Amino acid sequence: MPDTLIGLYVFVLACFIGYYVIWGVTPSLHTPLVALTNAISGIVIVGALLVTGLDSVGSFAEITGFLAVLLASINVFGGFLVTNRMLAMFKKKDK
Amino acid sequence: MQLSANTQAVVYLISAILFILALKGLTHPATARRGNFLGMAGMALAIVATLLGGEVQSYGFIIAGVLVGGLIGIVVAQRIQMTAMPQLVAALHSFVGLAAVLVAIGTFLNKRDAGLLNAVLMGELSAGAIIGAITFTGSVIAFGKLQGLISGKPVKFAMQHPLNAAIALATIALGVHFAMTGSVVSLTLMTLLALILGVTLIIPIGGADMPVIISMLNSYSGWAAAATGFTLQNNLLIIVGALVGFSGAILSYIMCRAMNRSIINVVFGGFGSESTGAPSAGAAAMEKGIKSASVEDAVYWMEDANRVIVVPGYGMAVAQAQHALKELMELLEARGVEVRFGVHPVAGRMPGHMNVLLAEADIPYDRVLEMDEINPDFPSTDVTLVVGANDVVNPAAKDDASSPIYGMPILEAGRSKQVYFLKRSMNPGYSGVDNLLFYKENTSLIFGDAKDTIEGMVSALKGSAH
Repeated sequence: MPDTLIGLYVFVLACFIGYYVIWGVTPSLHTPLVALTNAISGIVIVGALLVTGLDSVGSFAEITGFLAVLLASINVFGGFLVTNRMLAMFKKKDK
Repeated sequence: MQLSANTQAVVYLISAILFILALKGLTHPATARRGNFLGMAGMALAIVATLLGGEVQSYGFIIAGVLVGGLIGIVVAQRIQMTAMPQLVAALHSFVGLAAVLVAIGTFLNKRDAGLLNAVLMGELSAGAIIGAITFTGSVIAFGKLQGLISGKPVKFAMQHPLNAAIALATIALGVHFAMTGSVVSLTLMTLLALILGVTLIIPIGGADMPVIISMLNSYSGWAAAATGFTLQNNLLIIVGALVGFSGAILSYIMCRAMNRSIINVVFGGFGSESTGAPSAGAAAMEKGIKSASVEDAVYWMEDANRVIVVPGYGMAVAQAQHALKELMELLEARGVEVRFGVHPVAGRMPGHMNVLLAEADIPYDRVLEMDEINPDFPSTDVTLVVGANDVVNPAAKDDASSPIYGMPILEAGRSKQVYFLKRSMNPGYSGVDNLLFYKENTSLIFGDAKDTIEGMVSALKGSAH
């Protein structure tokens, strides 16, 4: 089976997981959900690292990769931290 | 230390499981924070496994990028106001989009130098670059609208739909040409057109449809990551992209359902821009006039009530009235009044916007109920306080078949014994539809800034100790 087809299998099955997991999220946490998915879509940093770190890179590709690493890092750090900040505010009535 | 390709793949799998558990954690506020930490662990594993996989040879630019980007992210995440969360999210979406475009271009250059280009790879590259570019500029426009840098009103232009269709077709055609020939010119033109398309798709959409747009761009950022995963043959990116893509898609669906509109109608509709003509029922009600009330009237009714429901809307966010509401809640509770909050799914500028603001003000989440949970309780409620909401409580959605918002599910505030409407002015809500609730016998309007009004209530309650 070619790699692209394996990728397609993974993609379709992951869509099903996404469907069931996301419907389970409570509506009161929809803003943290958007922030968290934002943080984890920072996973493009993996692609950015591969582009930047290749030893034979020409300078233009390297700059492109550097910018991508920078942007994805903002997402990863900013996204997880702001989600944590929001979630820390959700409290039950104490007593 | 260098990981073998197989070890790396196993670590990626663990990372994917952690991301799924992170999302699963959001099922309940009590498990949500743990979920977020699992997400962080998943990301850390993925990054370390990538760095140790042998493909990464030089670290200088990577360290610089992570340091600068990480620092910006940390500072912004700590400083951002909760009311500005929609803008922040839009900005972060734009970064994912742009990063996906840059990765696509960088991958193209590297693979070309290595002589590894083929049609399938370039097709996947095109998909990543196109989706990423639309996400990028679309999110920049959404950010501009939310931040007030550009008009939040729907911006219409001539031949809008044919023009968008033409740009979309040309973009795809260039993508196909690029996949077949590897032409740099096609790649560049394709990316430029996709950037333009992001602008022309989002700019006609009004500010109040932002909950749908934010969700949609959230979805796009996921699909962009998935497309990047296909180009790099990286299953982790494919899985995460699918999760995020579906998350945004489901949120878009929930938001649309809460407005009784289709996604097509939101994206291509331009709501509230056409004059709708006075609906018959509205005109009849109009003649009955409206009643205005003072802060003291409202306090008089609320302090002897058994049950009070507060319906917050975007106006509460604008006036930053959530902290005053918390104080009001505590004073009323001290008098034995049960105070709860009813939140409509599209209240505010993003999904769940009101819940976060109320949580920020330390209002316990078990006091904040969703529309379906709280609607049966309105008839047994003494006072409903509507704070900066409008369309979401408009009975025209149920009673007036000629109304543009007819069929939209609403919070049935009008069924409570007494309704106090905190309003800045008589301007209608974003839909431009007159609110029939104003003219009901049991409704009174209190004019003024929502925060000032609620603070007035608080001091009146403090003054009238029993």
